[in-house]
Amino acid sequence: MTALLEVRGLEVDFVQYERGLRRRTVHALTGMDLTVAAGEVVALVGASGAGKSLLAHAVLGLLPPNAVERGEVLLDGELLDAAGRRRHAGRGMTLLPQAVSFLDPVRPVGRQVRRSAELAGHPAPRRAAAEALARRGLGPEVLRRHPHELSGGMARRVLGAMATMSNPRVLLADEPTTGLPPADVRTTLGGFRAMADDGGAVVLITHELRAALDVADRVVICRDGRTVDVADPAGFSGDGAALAHPYTRALWQALPGNGFSVAEGV
Amino acid sequence: MLQADGVWFRHGRDRPWVLAGVDLAVGAGEVIGLCGPSGGGKSTLGRVLAGHLRPDRGRVTVDDAAPRPRRAAHPVQLVLQQPERAMDPRWTVRQVLAATGADDAAIAALDQRLVVPSRLDRFPHEISGGELQRVNLARALLARPRYLVADEISASLDAVTQARIWTLLLEHCREAAIGVLAISHDRPLLETVAGSVVDWTPSPVGETPA
Repeated sequence: MTALLEVRGLEVDFVQYERGLRRRTVHALTGMDLTVAAGEVVALVGASGAGKSLLAHAVLGLLPPNAVERGEVLLDGELLDAAGRRRHAGRGMTLLPQAVSFLDPVRPVGRQVRRSAELAGHPAPRRAAAEALARRGLGPEVLRRHPHELSGGMARRVLGAMATMSNPRVLLADEPTTGLPPADVRTTLGGFRAMADDGGAVVLITHELRAALDVADRVVICRDGRTVDVADPAGFSGDGAALAHPYTRALWQALPGNGFSVAEGV
Repeated sequence: MLQADGVWFRHGRDRPWVLAGVDLAVGAGEVIGLCGPSGGGKSTLGRVLAGHLRPDRGRVTVDDAAPRPRRAAHPVQLVLQQPERAMDPRWTVRQVLAATGADDAAIAALDQRLVVPSRLDRFPHEISGGELQRVNLARALLARPRYLVADEISASLDAVTQARIWTLLLEHCREAAIGVLAISHDRPLLETVAGSVVDWTPSPVGETPA
């Protein structure tokens, strides 16, 4: 099975100016590896600020001009530079962003979803938009609302409708379930599983390790800008003795219900 | 005891009631979890308890008296989910902490696991989310509260950082006999940190006070 998306040793630096013309370099990613094949859901978990969202933006070629990239990103076996990947963004490869702030605050939701449908090439964008929202249980009244009038859960469903409008082959979902009640988390993740089973590839960036284990084929653990471990979901059971890497084990053991323990030195 | 007695609240005369006759009690040194669906008014209750909002009916008492925050910091402190939005981005961590009225000595004496001394002169955007949330918690503790309302304080943090924050919070609150109301969606988390968990049911639409 060839990988739909493969990231090999991706490094990202940001060059910033401080106090006039003095430059400094911030090393944001220092070696990220990620492989996801058609039909797979890969969960990307790790410390806050480890660069998980940054990886998603880098893969899509969305980084600002002061970013310097090294490493390789392959889409369908083809090595692409940032500009090349940018051309696939929103078409073969889409981002399900983290927060409602990714919506335009001054335009009604309906117009924004319609725009996604237009860009995805739907012949009747207006109808496609209404249908996409209806499939997620949002009625026509939502089309006229502005983003600030949506609850957190509704906003996530709107973002989900926009991200999957073009039937992408690769979906990068950035914390799609933060703050949702357990039933909605299961529905959302079940939707990703169904996408993968239909031949798509899903990268699920999340903090909710336990929920992700139900749908993920592999768990990639990252920390401080680098991938430290790739674990089998089956290893996350009991006291985590089957987990090879100490940080992976620490993440598992820190969960409420698994001891809530803070391992020293990790 | 932090007590809500038949509290009713709405965001305006023509708006529906968000809180309809809520009763809740948190004893000194006690940790109570509050678990329920989004949009149900849990956070609004937190803000009413901390004195950010005035209830339309009913009352909130702290140790059997209505809190008088004019002279000192409010005895109920609120810690929110997003620390970067709870601080002025143009202030350093030290300025944020000093705004509680704490002097340099008190800031220097803070638990180093809460605020790493080398981070004191950094701006909020320069430190990680986990560190910033600990600053947020340190700020609430510097105000010497009797009670703490922790509203989804670890929802956007990884498991290790979450365990670290809660361990620190529980340790400090136990030491000073501070009562804690922990608001979250995460039932396993609440069952781990709280002595008892209260199930929150949103107030039914159309209910009016008697």
